[in-house]
Amino acid sequence: MGNGADGIFFLTGKDFNNAGTASSNLKAVLERMGIAQDIIRRTAIAAFEAEMNVVIYAVAGMMKYRVTDTEISVTVQDMGQGIPNIDLAMTEGYSTAPDHIRAMGFGSGMGLPNIKKNTDNLSVNSIVGEGTTLEFVIQIKD
Amino acid sequence: MSLDEIRDILNATVITHQASLRNSVESVYCADLMSDVLSFSDSGCLLITGLTNAQVIRTAEMAAISVIVFVQGKRPALQTIRLADEKDIPLLVTDLPMFDACGRLFEKGLRSQSASISRAPIVACHEGC
Ligand SMILES: Nc1ncnc2c1ncn2[C@@H]1O[C@H](COP(=O)(O)OP(=O)(O)OP(=O)(O)O)[C@@H](O)[C@H]1O
Ligand SMILES: [Mg+2]
Repeated sequence: MGNGADGIFFLTGKDFNNAGTASSNLKAVLERMGIAQDIIRRTAIAAFEAEMNVVIYAVAGMMKYRVTDTEISVTVQDMGQGIPNIDLAMTEGYSTAPDHIRAMGFGSGMGLPNIKKNTDNLSVNSIVGEGTTLEFVIQIKD
Repeated sequence: MSLDEIRDILNATVITHQASLRNSVESVYCADLMSDVLSFSDSGCLLITGLTNAQVIRTAEMAAISVIVFVQGKRPALQTIRLADEKDIPLLVTDLPMFDACGRLFEKGLRSQSASISRAPIVACHEGC
């Protein structure tokens, strides 16, 4: 490879028509860079879970990414209600999603654990009433 | 199993462009919960679902799912079909209920990955016994 890339996408809360566009664009960037398929899949899944959470729970947010020769790092930051108990939110099956979200096939409390499963490093920071920041890294192995 | 075969087995209609019907799949994942699809499906699999919203296509895109079958005659909106075409994910619709669609494909030999995982301990037991 030898070349890096970085960029930013903006996310809008409750905009379910466009939910997934940022992750889709990130996936396209990684494909153009010739990153391995399994690395792309893990990144796309983690980004999409994070993006859906912003669309579902927050008012607005952004997804920033940086790709180097060795890793992909993604930061998803939002303005929103925040997460009162991060340990609880990270527990499989814990969800506060309302019924209309469940009807769409989401809201079973699997998103954050799935981001953890698909990434090599995840940090979650949140301030109640202000917002949430997720940062995750996926190593690119040769 | 080729998509042609799947279409015939399920009496399904292809509602996207036909080009990628040459694809084939090795495994199936069946769910209405996209959360589960994102957590447990295999890349390259066939997704059987009763949900038809745009997030199903997005989920399939991220999880690298090869083809989607909608059961019970449910058709996504035109906009959603267009998104699938854009992402090169063939969509099929069958009138069969979910159980019957799964049953027919199982009968023809398709399996989910978790089925092959759960067979593993049985083999190990035979070797140990
Ligand atoms: N960006 C966020 N802002 C506010 N709360 C959040 C955010 N992300 C997650 N949460 C809280 O953490 C809970 C668990 O999130 P997680 O993504 O694991 O599951 P979910 O979104 O409820 O369901 P799933 O991801 O399976 O569709 C959510 O129900 C919500 O209460
Ligand atoms: Mg979630």
